[in-house]
Amino acid sequence: MSDQITFTIDGVSIKGKPGQTILQAADEAGIYIPRLCYHPELAPHGSCRVCTVLVNGKPQAACTQPISEGMTVENDTPELKEHRCNIIDMLFIEGNHFCMFCEKSGNCELQAVAYRLGILAPKFSYLFPKKDVDATHPDIFLDLNRCILCGRCVEASKNVDGKGAFEFVGRSIEKKIAVNAEANLKDTNLAVTDKAADVCPVGTINKKRTAFAVPIGKRLYDKKPIGSEIEERKK
Amino acid sequence: MSEIQAEVKKICQTCGNDRAKMMDIVRAVQQKFGQVSSEAMNLIAKCVGCHRVEVESVVSFYAFLSKKPKGKVVIRLCNDVVDKMAGVDAIAEAFKKELGIDFGRTTPDGKISLEYTPCIGMCDQAPAAIINDEVITYLSTDKVKEIVADIKKHYDPSKLKHRLGDGNNADELVHSCVHNGLRKKGQVIFADYKSEAGLKNALAVSPVEVINVVKTARLRGRGGAGFPTGIKWQFTRAAAGEKKYILCNGDEGEPGTFKDRVILTERADMLFEGMTIAGYAIGAENGILYLRGEYNYLRKLLEKILQNRRDKNLLGKNILGKQGFNFDITIQVGAGAYICGEETALISSCEGLRGDPKTRPPFPAQKGYLECPTAVNNVETLCCVTRILEMGAAWFAESGSKGSPGTKLLSVSGDCKLPGVYELPFGVKVKDLLKDVGAQDAQAVLIGGPSGQIIGQNDYNRTICYDDLATGGAVVVFGPERNMIDIAAQYMEFFVEESCGYCTPCRVGNVLLKKYLDKILAGKGEPEDLDILQKLGESIKLTSRCGMGQTSPNPVLTTLKNFRKNYESKVKKVSDGMQPTFDIRAALADGEAIAKRKSVIFTK
Ligand SMILES: Cc1cc2nc3c(=O)[nH]c(=O)nc-3n(C[C@H](O)[C@H](O)[C@H](O)COP(=O)(O)O)c2cc1C
Ligand code: SF4
Ligand code: SF4
Repeated sequence: MSDQITFTIDGVSIKGKPGQTILQAADEAGIYIPRLCYHPELAPHGSCRVCTVLVNGKPQAACTQPISEGMTVENDTPELKEHRCNIIDMLFIEGNHFCMFCEKSGNCELQAVAYRLGILAPKFSYLFPKKDVDATHPDIFLDLNRCILCGRCVEASKNVDGKGAFEFVGRSIEKKIAVNAEANLKDTNLAVTDKAADVCPVGTINKKRTAFAVPIGKRLYDKKPIGSEIEERKK
Repeated sequence: MSEIQAEVKKICQTCGNDRAKMMDIVRAVQQKFGQVSSEAMNLIAKCVGCHRVEVESVVSFYAFLSKKPKGKVVIRLCNDVVDKMAGVDAIAEAFKKELGIDFGRTTPDGKISLEYTPCIGMCDQAPAAIINDEVITYLSTDKVKEIVADIKKHYDPSKLKHRLGDGNNADELVHSCVHNGLRKKGQVIFADYKSEAGLKNALAVSPVEVINVVKTARLRGRGGAGFPTGIKWQFTRAAAGEKKYILCNGDEGEPGTFKDRVILTERADMLFEGMTIAGYAIGAENGILYLRGEYNYLRKLLEKILQNRRDKNLLGKNILGKQGFNFDITIQVGAGAYICGEETALISSCEGLRGDPKTRPPFPAQKGYLECPTAVNNVETLCCVTRILEMGAAWFAESGSKGSPGTKLLSVSGDCKLPGVYELPFGVKVKDLLKDVGAQDAQAVLIGGPSGQIIGQNDYNRTICYDDLATGGAVVVFGPERNMIDIAAQYMEFFVEESCGYCTPCRVGNVLLKKYLDKILAGKGEPEDLDILQKLGESIKLTSRCGMGQTSPNPVLTTLKNFRKNYESKVKKVSDGMQPTFDIRAALADGEAIAKRKSVIFTK
């Protein structure tokens, strides 16, 4: 087997390594494919579907699809952008996102991807669901109003921290994150130093007493759009 | 030790304290206690060595399992589209009246729960319900009265008095009022056949030759996706791994489909023979039949047939004297989740997990059940295998159409005179089928269940086969009076409930499609809504993670295409600049109550 795989993204020739996914190879090559649930240090979950690309004309999630020799990938097309915007809209309206007073604003990946794709307000009407907040833990609080079910916390707690503090319960639109206790986060062994406390892309898993340590305006995505850090890798 | 502690421990022990047997464990606990309580979850987690929240994750996924207590008797009334057409609403009212409770409730004495459930595979004898494991068909309001009165005497649904169905439905192990409704026998599944001839022929040649026969017959999957069976087996056989599995998909959850029910009732031997041949071909020693929870009433019969086969050395060690060929079959019962019919979700469920589909690649043929190479096949597909090995590949290709050899079992229901199962050669015209079933005035026909297509009269010359109208078997007929937008909305309701919730487009998108349809049905639709429905549907199809979301917008998209006029006549431009769904009077109500006066601007 050759140790290099050549394929194209939007006509640009890319070289990747065997075993890499499209997203990993694109990231290395400095091409940004919008995504939300993916985290570079965790096994891909493939749930948000924002990174959907066309591989030889067939839709695939870039975060789970391995690269293969000669494949053609379409990423930055008006059609895919429209589908991605629809998905982002869905994520907003299925929760309750009040960005203007959310601790995560400016560091939130959902908000940042929405801005990058030019979304100012979702076009579908809000579902306004009733969701729980759990502030029982001394160092961490959970606000399920903002969860996008990306599975990062589940994966990190299970396979990085070895704790299994989080898991999904329910199905359909009722699916949600639950904690490994009869009721409350304080009864789990989650620690503020855990990976699981660090990976939430939105304002669901928050560390107490840190919310405004960095003021709004000086946060991660306040200066440069999300994905810039990837595009800067392009020589 | 309390009773619950002792019982849960015992149940877990019977299942070898095996995490992978979670489905059997939680099903047994549910049956014993009418719930899987918080305490039970803790106990199960301890016994099998997993986290408590993992147990909750499984319990909360399946409709037949619950954390909250349910009655000793659970009445599940099927509210599928076909049952609605057959008058289930009146039946529902009767149950409410007789029990004095609403749906989703349990009687104050804690003994009887009343629920709705989606298609239970009895559309040809609707309205129908399942009471614990007992299926009751052809419900009427009088029957409801009798049933409730009867149940209140003993709270034991197995003691319910009813007539017995035909064939094996009358077997003492089934003892059910379900009837087969087999209207037409074809040459493959319901023809007379020489049992075990196929298996003997298979064992006389090499596994690779068996696969070649199936390939030459060009057998394609009967479960809906139509993947060539021989190629699937070839991949599974070739995949690295010591242990391999053959899984039979008996989840049959697509609304309007009930043909596998009849196979499981009357042709279980043919199915198990086919699984054994498949086991030989791919190199598997274990097969699992995944039986949907709704068909649990057939389980004892199926277990007996399996035991008979063991006794005759058709299962077990060195089958029929073939040295080194060992194979056996177990049954995994589901617990009410349509998505478990999707092959990777089915594998998850067999592994004792939530019925979430798995990420592909790897495909099941490479890494399936417990990470082993696995072939998943539909019930009907495996029966075809038995016949192909008995009669030869050329014989199989004699029936059917060019690209689609063989016959197809069609489950026909809805507005037709002769609902039931029809075994017809592939290539049959919709028009001819409608004549056979007594439905020439049909306004629309659903082919392939809600994940298939709703076609109108212009398409009745089309044929049922893989290259034209593909179907896993469901055919639902809609007469001239039906409101096709309402039908589409009801099917969307089904997908909303049954989405596993893993990926965004299917979890949220289906809810939105349903909302827009409801808006149109309420007379508040605007012309732009049709465009939104179309675009949204396309996004869901293109970006969803599994076959469910990739097809769930079909009721909307195919009616938009084939019944566009119905939609157009329902939407209108608004001229007052207000959002049509916004009810200003309702919005002002609270304020007016406080102010104790009515708005002078917004008077209507
Ligand atoms: C949502 C969903 C539900 C499905 N339900 C069933 C089912 O009930 N029975 C079935 O045989 N196949 C079902 N399938 C298709 C299976 O994924 C799979 O293709 C099939 O079992 C393979 O067997 P076959 O090749 O013999 O048809 C379903 C697929 C999806 C996406
Ligand atoms: S809590 Fe955060 S990390 Fe966990 S699933 Fe929700 S959004 Fe993802
Ligand atoms: S499309 Fe997504 S949410 Fe729907 S059933 Fe498949 S994995 Fe689950």
